[in-house]
Amino acid sequence: MRHLLSTGDLTRDEAVLLLDTAEEMRSVAERPIKKLPTLRGRTVVNLFFEDSTRTRISFEAAAKRLSADVINFAAKGSSVSKGESLKDTALTLQAMGADAVVIRHGASGAPARLARAGWIDSAILNAGDGSHEHPTQALLDAFTMRRHLAPGEQGLDGRRVAIVGDVLHSRVARSNALLLATLGAEVTLVAPPTLMPYGVERWPVDTSYELDPVLAKADAVMMLRVQHERMNAAYFPSAREYSRRYGLDTKRMARLPEHAIVMHPGPMNRGMEISADVADSARSVIVEQVTNGVAVRMAALYLLLSGARETPAPTPEVTSDTTHDTTEGQA
Amino acid sequence: MTAYVIRNANLLGEQVADLRIVDGVIAEIGTDLDTSGDVEVVDATGLIALPGLVDLHTHLREPGREDAETVETGTRSAAAGGYTLVHAMANTDPVADTAGVVEQVWRLGREHGYCDVAPVGAVTVGLGGERLAELGAMADSAARVRVFSDDGKCVSDAVLMRRALEYVKAFDGVIAQHSQEPRLTEGAQMNEGELSGVLGLVGWPAVAEEAIIARDVLLAEHVGSRLHVCHLSTRGSVEIVRWAKSRGIDVTAEVTPHHLLLTDQLAATYDPLYKVNPPLRTADDVAALREALAEGIIDIVATDHAPHPSEDKDCEWAAAAFGMTGLETALSVVQHTMVDTGLLDWAGVAARMSAKPAEIGRVAAHGRPLAVGEPANVVLYDPAATRVVRREDAVSRSRNTPYAGLELPGRVVATFLRGRPTVLDGTVLEEVSA
Amino acid sequence: MSAHTSDSGRSSTVVLDSGDIARALTRITHEIIEKNRGASQVVVLGIPTRGVELGRRVAERMSEVAGHPVPYGSLDITMYRDDLRMKPARALEKTDIPVDLDDRVVVLVDDVLFSGRTIRAALDALNDLGRPRAVQLAVLVDRGHRELPIRADFVGKNLPTSLAEQVKVAVTGLDDRDEVRIVSAPRTADEVVR
Repeated sequence: MRHLLSTGDLTRDEAVLLLDTAEEMRSVAERPIKKLPTLRGRTVVNLFFEDSTRTRISFEAAAKRLSADVINFAAKGSSVSKGESLKDTALTLQAMGADAVVIRHGASGAPARLARAGWIDSAILNAGDGSHEHPTQALLDAFTMRRHLAPGEQGLDGRRVAIVGDVLHSRVARSNALLLATLGAEVTLVAPPTLMPYGVERWPVDTSYELDPVLAKADAVMMLRVQHERMNAAYFPSAREYSRRYGLDTKRMARLPEHAIVMHPGPMNRGMEISADVADSARSVIVEQVTNGVAVRMAALYLLLSGARETPAPTPEVTSDTTHDTTEGQA
Repeated sequence: MTAYVIRNANLLGEQVADLRIVDGVIAEIGTDLDTSGDVEVVDATGLIALPGLVDLHTHLREPGREDAETVETGTRSAAAGGYTLVHAMANTDPVADTAGVVEQVWRLGREHGYCDVAPVGAVTVGLGGERLAELGAMADSAARVRVFSDDGKCVSDAVLMRRALEYVKAFDGVIAQHSQEPRLTEGAQMNEGELSGVLGLVGWPAVAEEAIIARDVLLAEHVGSRLHVCHLSTRGSVEIVRWAKSRGIDVTAEVTPHHLLLTDQLAATYDPLYKVNPPLRTADDVAALREALAEGIIDIVATDHAPHPSEDKDCEWAAAAFGMTGLETALSVVQHTMVDTGLLDWAGVAARMSAKPAEIGRVAAHGRPLAVGEPANVVLYDPAATRVVRREDAVSRSRNTPYAGLELPGRVVATFLRGRPTVLDGTVLEEVSA
Repeated sequence: MSAHTSDSGRSSTVVLDSGDIARALTRITHEIIEKNRGASQVVVLGIPTRGVELGRRVAERMSEVAGHPVPYGSLDITMYRDDLRMKPARALEKTDIPVDLDDRVVVLVDDVLFSGRTIRAALDALNDLGRPRAVQLAVLVDRGHRELPIRADFVGKNLPTSLAEQVKVAVTGLDDRDEVRIVSAPRTADEVVR
């Protein structure tokens, strides 16, 4: 694995390897000395173009537990906020000798550009790009689900997971849908029609515009954050209508099977997509997700950085697959 | 002025003959023409001769964005592609919405001498979509503007579009519409389809183009005016134009070379070289566009040559500018997608890339047939050559071609503008006299 | 001792069969108990992969002899290796520490002692897990060629080998039999790094 850009790139074996490695990393948190020497001498740069203290701290903790050096490059107050381009930022990091760059960016595809443009040859780890993907979030979600729903198993075969909320704008939903399908789970996306992506029928998931029927059979429910501002772009008429139809409150939670867990990638809009009572209930594993986040990110950094560097994959080019080439078969 | 005899050219792929060019005019066509006297001979054995190409849709960027292209570099690029006339779009800085700016652009074209430039006038002041620009003044200016477009933006206000369509009737002008409903495409990055949902890029739905075309053809019918549709990109749009023509509506349409070849799958690389407006569409759309061009529902090929400096493409997709260069590769792409597939012959290419564009632009001196007495605007093209497109080889100032690394057929060997060569031996000449 | 040639054309010799291995483990068990004057402070940690199964057997024999359960577990040393960057990232094995290690006698168990680097890594790992009173090392086979000043306290069999040879250990549970075999074969670069 040279980069971690998308859960869609992971084979089942790779995904299981990440989860199993995270399992071992998790126990480090319980030791008196929460440190491993494995990435000593490696430099990990946190390149966060979007504010996210939680995720950044999680990656920082993960890197430091593996004895890597961490450099935080926050967008505000740096040359980035003065309009320095992604390319120039990358060239600077290359000159500084970054071994891995953990990047969170508002534009979908920014990590892919870093990985392929040839400006920098570090390992690139996508910490969230626009509405595209957030692979380590999906991995820690799957890790959490596996611990509760399928302990001792490799994957999540046959488990039913409902992902509810603004799927259209959610990188967490995309990464989770792909990863869970790879791990054998049955995924149902629940949202109003306006918040379902165009072409979602082709995804390896089921969809539903109604929440209640889905809850009765779910092993895990993942609530996605829904922003009030979406109301202004006519995605739904009002916050009240949204939470009435798609919010998880105590009454709805009672419809879940006994063993089912409630998840949320955070930050939560208490009262909108999830009620305060549900968020704080015994079924909620929301706090545990955060703990598992460090272990999963340790696993990702370990697998990307501890071994010998892989040779870069060739850059995809315009080929006859990506053009409509009908020269064969025509007169 | 030097006289030329072009030997053994295959005129429009129909007939091998010699051409004599004297004083800017085709003086003689025949076989074994006399080459004695003060005459330069150009051996065109194996080459196709076409009338000089006419582009109805080019961005020369001057005034205002000379870092991307100037009239000089853009017309050199045009000559390299076999063009003798380009229509320069109005979205410059300042916008070409007055007689002053269009005359400046027209004059620069003439002075540099690589390719004639017919400036396109903006429809609205500053492309703001609120007030009509002085269309009459631009029509009466030395630039004799006949094509008006807010290209880059859509004239989305229905009343304004109606008025514009009516107003240009007075001087046989045409409104060339960039069909893009603005509210349906706010923040749009790529074709709205299965891939845009997966990539997390805001979609540009086909209906945003089709809805405007549908409205505009009905408006054109209602007020009895003619309409030109820029860079048509979807099957649905083709169907609307087909319907309009069957009703006798005076509408013409263009397609770009890149929309004849490339699909939205290229966006999966997140490389903004493939970011363009209107976006690359599906393989089904590409097939429909080729058929429509062959049939004549789409009348012409227009490049929408859109040069951008490297910093506007060397970045993440959302931050990148829309557009691809295209003048130098247009003929090769048309050969690859239309001639080599059997959909079009070279006479058909000449009609769609020279005669008809000149007719839509109401330009008398270009798009003329290769016949005695006509202006000597000629391009000699080798269809048997192949080349791998390389970014570094661009004549244009900008390098944002989507074809880098791709092997394309054909090569422009020579271009003559009013009897003077602008390209010889496949190379743009350093000095051309006006 | 029996020799045979396998299908791949290598020649190999069995140096310990299942009976030899069982007797060796029993002897080691008694030696550990003797050296530590009983088993009450001992924790057995096997080094993956095959050290874990061997450690389990030793701990069980010790429990029988001592008359009380002797805790055992596993100690994966992958993250403490000094040669991580020579190959692609390696999968981790299980670390299972059954009791607090402070003030205990940790007996590390591994199948083959060779360069000593694995044990060096194990000592570093133990350092981060607690402060044992003492660390001792039991190995089934010591094949020589130490690259570090490391030695075993308890040895099943001393097996002088040349660098060109490979020592292959099989244990039931992971393999289909108990056996130690010496294989003469040309080495790949991977195998030289131990």
